[in-house]
Amino acid sequence: MIQVLYERVLRVSPETVDDPRRDRFLLSKGHGPMAYYAVLCERGFFSPSWLDRWATFDSHLGYHPDRTLVPGVEIASGSLGHGLPLGVGTALGLRAQGIDARVVVLVGDAELDEGSNHEALELAAALHLDALTVVVVDNRSSSYAVPGRIAARFATEGWQVETVDGRDPTALEPALTRRGAGVPNAVVATVLDREAAA
Amino acid sequence: MTTLALSRDPRTQFGRTVTELLDDDLSTALVWAEISGRFFTDAVRRHPDRVVNVGIREQLLVNVGAGMALTGLRPVVHTFGTFLVERAFEQVKLGFVHQGVGGVLVGIGGSFDASAAGRTHQAPGDVALLDTLPQIVIHAPGTAAETDEVLRRAVAADGLHYVRVVGQTNAESFAGPGLHVVRRGSGATVVALGSVLDEVLAATAHRDVTVVYSHSVRPFDGSTLRSLVTTPDVVLVEPWLAGTSARCVDEALLDTPHRLLALGTRRTELRHYGTPAEHQRAHGLDAAGIRRSLDAFVAPGRVG
Repeated sequence: MIQVLYERVLRVSPETVDDPRRDRFLLSKGHGPMAYYAVLCERGFFSPSWLDRWATFDSHLGYHPDRTLVPGVEIASGSLGHGLPLGVGTALGLRAQGIDARVVVLVGDAELDEGSNHEALELAAALHLDALTVVVVDNRSSSYAVPGRIAARFATEGWQVETVDGRDPTALEPALTRRGAGVPNAVVATVLDREAAA
Repeated sequence: MTTLALSRDPRTQFGRTVTELLDDDLSTALVWAEISGRFFTDAVRRHPDRVVNVGIREQLLVNVGAGMALTGLRPVVHTFGTFLVERAFEQVKLGFVHQGVGGVLVGIGGSFDASAAGRTHQAPGDVALLDTLPQIVIHAPGTAAETDEVLRRAVAADGLHYVRVVGQTNAESFAGPGLHVVRRGSGATVVALGSVLDEVLAATAHRDVTVVYSHSVRPFDGSTLRSLVTTPDVVLVEPWLAGTSARCVDEALLDTPHRLLALGTRRTELRHYGTPAEHQRAHGLDAAGIRRSLDAFVAPGRVG
């Protein structure tokens, strides 16, 4: 998913990491940084030598990413429920400056339990933030998961919503690329193991 | 730029000043949560992209401001102090401080502006809570003119600032940060922070004490205090939680024996409505209450 974003969707590279016009990726579920670090490393945002020292005292890379330590990391995350509100503010800030960059926020399905997300998804729709895309990694880790409810929540607020197989790059690319006209975008990416999917 | 005459009301002045700042600088933004909308009518009309009402969503309020700051804007983020600081404290801590971006938080209400509204709209702990954050700059203007000045300075600066706008005002305005000497004496040194200056002056009117004042709460001007203290007795009066700035006074006077009386709002929850003046009195922060505390603290004959 993150690889698809960086290879095929987002306009950002190590050379444009400080360009105000770059697209932004916000990893809200900061407890899942390994794939993120791997993609950023592979694309040249930092040296592979950083990986070996992961989570040690002087390392730039920890269990939760820190934007002040890692080039290309847009937000320091870890506490759940902050990425989407920050993404709404980022999209509003870019729009106020006439910058047509996209803002993609990755959240977990259990993270959507946090009420702060609901505040954000309501306002994003009310303010027609079509530059904003939320990717929900749905592995049904929420204790109170109800199949279909995540997509319904976004749709109820007026988002453009698409549910895809989160392990299928050919399905992810068009879903992540699509941009609604005047409405924000949600991609529910299911990544269920066989037992949960049954 | 059209500069209007200063209001006498700090909150009205906040609305006027922030509107002028939005007119003057395209990098300034205002994020608010329904509260104070009547002061922002012109700003909303003139700058719809940079003036955002998020509704009654305080967690979102703070992180929308922080997200705007991530794009290079300088957001002014506003609602009641209690909802801005206490309800959304993690957003302040992580959205601004941990991300390494700045903004200007403007909270109204203070400790007892909303005395008739009850405890839900009072924030006597706001300064103490924000004081846990590294490098935050805290302003407590005591007049409308000071509100105008500190707001302009905070928006022009970097980092995270908190401007505490309250209805209680002092008679005189003081320009610039740091401690201002209001009266010189040979006895105790009395430090008044924010809107309690007039009560302190009334409480000490016939006493031979030095009175200093500041609307700059953090950083605290410890070097000026150290240079002024000539006797061991120091009294600190602040219109929020008692003792909030005691550590700053103690750090400033580390090299000299001293004893400190720290006055402020009490820790007991005040389950009363009524007027701000009644709440001020109940906390012992009116002139009579400050005088009583001073009498009990300073030994007879040591002050005039």
